[in-house]
Amino acid sequence: MSDIRKARSALVARILEGDGTTSRTQRRAAFDNAAVEEPLSTLTQKVAKHAHRVTDEDIAAARASGLSEDEIFEIVVCSAIGQATRQYDTALAALEAAAGAKE
Amino acid sequence: MRLRILDRGHTFGTKALFALIRAVSRQPVLDVIKLVKYRADFYGGPMQRVTHEAMRGPSTWSIGDRELMAALIAKTNECEWCTQAHGAVAKAAYGDEAKVFAVLSDLETAPIEEPLRATLRMLRKLTREHAVDADDMRALRAAGVSRDQIEDALAVCFTFNTMARLAEAFGFFVPGPRAFDAGAKYLLARGYR
Repeated sequence: MSDIRKARSALVARILEGDGTTSRTQRRAAFDNAAVEEPLSTLTQKVAKHAHRVTDEDIAAARASGLSEDEIFEIVVCSAIGQATRQYDTALAALEAAAGAKE
Repeated sequence: MRLRILDRGHTFGTKALFALIRAVSRQPVLDVIKLVKYRADFYGGPMQRVTHEAMRGPSTWSIGDRELMAALIAKTNECEWCTQAHGAVAKAAYGDEAKVFAVLSDLETAPIEEPLRATLRMLRKLTREHAVDADDMRALRAAGVSRDQIEDALAVCFTFNTMARLAEAFGFFVPGPRAFDAGAKYLLARGYR
């Protein structure tokens, strides 16, 4: 089978713990979909739950709030990977539960 | 693309690479390449290692199967860009355009094996509802899908639930089919490295 575990852990560690233009706290909040301040809370909520509804205005609002493009880049990346991670972890736990019940 | 840095913020060397890609493929540089080449140490590099392993690493799913999963996950995310891109790779990998079209149109009636259909159904649910449960997994095992195959499919799902979000949030430009066909040729020859 393919094995993405090591590469996936490295990816998550890089975006959350490595250097960036945003703080680690900001990246963690985006990853967890826990940003509280507008306009970031709207943007990260959309990226996590219905990214196809992100508009030019959402990005413009983030820029107008004083964020640089590099900061927006990092926050969107963390938000997307955070949601994909939650889905992945939930599915692996379901697989584990199904195997455990059978054995 | 909504962020100017993703269009034009690359280093001189990367811009030279883009010029070469345009010259050789006679197609515009796809936005996904611009994304993964921008500050590649932050996202593009680590993500390409995940993607290559998920899409080209050892698996009993064929490359066509995994590209088809990617296309269906993209479609479920309503990501036109990724649906076209990975639909094109799946068509080329299978050498069967009708099969890919059938799956993306109606999974239930498409002419594919039951284990693949059951797996695609689970991936669609996980993508749409953000969760699946033990019963979903038991149904898959009962349909003849091995545990390893489920894990391999979930790796594809992680990758494309990330990619589709970024394509939509950053506003990837959807080019004509020839650009995706050129991209598909490259991805089949070289993978995601």
